Amino acid sequence: MASNINWAAIDSDPRFQALHKKKTTFLWSLMIISTVYYFLLPIGAAYYPDLFKIKVWGPMNVGILFALSEFVVAWTIAAVYARRANRDFDAMAAEIVRDVA
Amino acid sequence: MKKSLWAGSALLLSLFACQAAFAEGGAVADQYKWLTFVVFGAIIGLTMYVTYRAAKQTSSAADFYAAGRSVTGVQNGWAIAGDYLSAASFLGIAGLISLYGYDGFMYSVGWLVAYITVLLVIAEPCRNIGKYTLGDILAFRNNPKASKTVAAISTVTVSTFYLTAQMVGGGVLVKTLIGIDYEISVIAVGILMLTYVVFGGMKATTWVQIIKAILLVTASILLVLFTWGQYGFSFPGFLDAVVGNADVQKQVAKLLGDAATNMTPEQLGQRFLEPGLFLKNPIDQISLGMALVLGTAGLPHILMRFFTVPTAQDARKSVIWAMGIIGGFYVLTLFLGMGAAINVTPATIVGLDKGGNMAAPLLAQFVGGGPDSLLGNFFLAFVAAVAFATIVAVVAGLVLAAASAMSHDLYVGVVRGDHATAQEQITAARVATVIVGALAIYVGIAAKGQNVAHLVALAFAVAASSNLPAVFLTLYWKKTNTYGVVAGMLVGAFSAIYLVMVSPNMTYPLAKIADAKKVLEGTPATPAKEAAAAQWGFSCELFASADCKKEVKASPEKPAVPGAKEKLAKAQTDLAALADEAAKAAKQKEIAGLEKAIKAAEDDLKKFEGQTTSMMGLEKPWFQLKNPGLISIPLGFLVTILVSLFTRDRRSDEMWDELYVRQNTGINAEGAQAH
Repeated sequence: MASNINWAAIDSDPRFQALHKKKTTFLWSLMIISTVYYFLLPIGAAYYPDLFKIKVWGPMNVGILFALSEFVVAWTIAAVYARRANRDFDAMAAEIVRDVA
Repeated sequence: MKKSLWAGSALLLSLFACQAAFAEGGAVADQYKWLTFVVFGAIIGLTMYVTYRAAKQTSSAADFYAAGRSVTGVQNGWAIAGDYLSAASFLGIAGLISLYGYDGFMYSVGWLVAYITVLLVIAEPCRNIGKYTLGDILAFRNNPKASKTVAAISTVTVSTFYLTAQMVGGGVLVKTLIGIDYEISVIAVGILMLTYVVFGGMKATTWVQIIKAILLVTASILLVLFTWGQYGFSFPGFLDAVVGNADVQKQVAKLLGDAATNMTPEQLGQRFLEPGLFLKNPIDQISLGMALVLGTAGLPHILMRFFTVPTAQDARKSVIWAMGIIGGFYVLTLFLGMGAAINVTPATIVGLDKGGNMAAPLLAQFVGGGPDSLLGNFFLAFVAAVAFATIVAVVAGLVLAAASAMSHDLYVGVVRGDHATAQEQITAARVATVIVGALAIYVGIAAKGQNVAHLVALAFAVAASSNLPAVFLTLYWKKTNTYGVVAGMLVGAFSAIYLVMVSPNMTYPLAKIADAKKVLEGTPATPAKEAAAAQWGFSCELFASADCKKEVKASPEKPAVPGAKEKLAKAQTDLAALADEAAKAAKQKEIAGLEKAIKAAEDDLKKFEGQTTSMMGLEKPWFQLKNPGLISIPLGFLVTILVSLFTRDRRSDEMWDELYVRQNTGINAEGAQAH
């Protein structure tokens, strides 16, 4: 691969700008969703204990369901990101790389 | 043939080493200790064989630091899990759940959520622009010598905190499990880990971590199959058994104290599944959560793992696998902990180790048939060996990270200005490993008996306040420059460390003396109190101040509580009057317990006699939280941003385009090496 790549030119390439824009919005929204959802757990446990104590199914209560849902949400976010990156971002990046080589 | 001889002799040697260190005591009964050594020997033999294979393929710096970038995404996922799931999470969290129920499980969540940050913002860009270390990432657009120096300092600091906790925890653990002397187990962990890293570099370390992760997951799945299987794999059925268990109810009653008097057994059991038995300070919780979520992505030994795969896509795949394994493991821990609570009982678990670390090993023993059965002891031996492998694997990853910061960043990068031959680089790496390893053994022995549990949380806090802002802003914010990174990292790290040193984590002699006196003399009667309004703001949650006054509720006069000395005198007169043998034995047990408490309190009094302040010269903690992240993380970001805004650094500006294009596309990324 050429060592004298014009990085500024790639940076201003509309295709790169499109990749950057898409990625930024997507990553920030996932990041915010996961952070907010995570901190709801300690906040809920501390300030809304009565809600966490409501029994849903036998002795299983809202608190246990909510803690388990944290795992499901984390895995879902990972899966959503991987799907999007494998399908869209990799192809967009590959197209830019092809023109450089 | 030659290979098997080599492995065989290594196995025999390690067996002899273990037998030589044989000592009385520990969770494993003496007549079954040979079983433990057979399982230990088998695992050590397997890892030695892997190291032997890896050593033959380790000839360059890229082999030593990054396993020739030939690790696949799936392998790396298992290795990350093996690197991350320390004994603290394997034994510690299962223990917390077995003693405190819901809060222990809630505590485990943050350790998985942390990987979202790693996946979304750190793994792929770092793989695309980095080489071997944290310093390489920062040096891409910042002044190489300055950023490598500060990155090396931070890496060694974070790794040393984490390492000390692992060495001390490991020594105590091996002693509790099989009764081997503390010093000998620390040395054994150190020498094994050094063998893996010095000879096999990252390749051997990776395989040791993979083996350990597979063993850990297998052991947990088997235990869960047995414990949950009793209830037909019904989750409500399992929880019903927890709620209805008399030992669990007794534990909750003990934790709640006076508040438990009006509760039915049913309510006590249900309380085990509700929050608030262990984690009492939500702000501290949030502070810890911030350190976990942002700190994991800044841990040097985790970052380093992303340089071992061939491409950014493999880095992505490895985080996905790691999240599956780590998350699945924590869900299993819920069953391990609750299963231990029902079957082993919280009282027995606390009897062996106050922190609950013995919950999972004791559950294994129970599942196999109990303390007097061969299978039970085999299971216990297996879990003990897994715990030992866990410590060695985590320590190996930490030592490799600290050694690479010293050899690659400091020696090759700063001292030699990046002009070192391939041979010189790998020699430097091995020498640095031996130095760090020897230091780890020394620190492990020197810190014997110290309370080091808070050091893991401190490692995460420093990583989150120092490394993460530097890496994140270097990767994503154009205006970041060398001055900002250096200032931000130093302020972030020092503020985190300083806040911990003035926090309740430290030892305060006055409080210790007061506690000891209370045990000995009891508490005098207190007059009735009148209600007083609170003078309490948010800052009172964080810092001690004379202006902060908690709300006082009106309470009636309280009678005096007798101390242990008074109780002992009474018990002794009672004993003389008793005739029944069973009652006598019970009284004698009570007397023995009281004498033990008196001795511990008197030892404390002697130890702290004449001292009034902590090592920082404080009588009481100034910072009120145990976790500094809430303050130090924003501070680290703020200083990096402000200093970057007010200074100019041409290289940081000029390299931005290249960095940003490369981290997103992978052009010119360090490639895999063919062997």
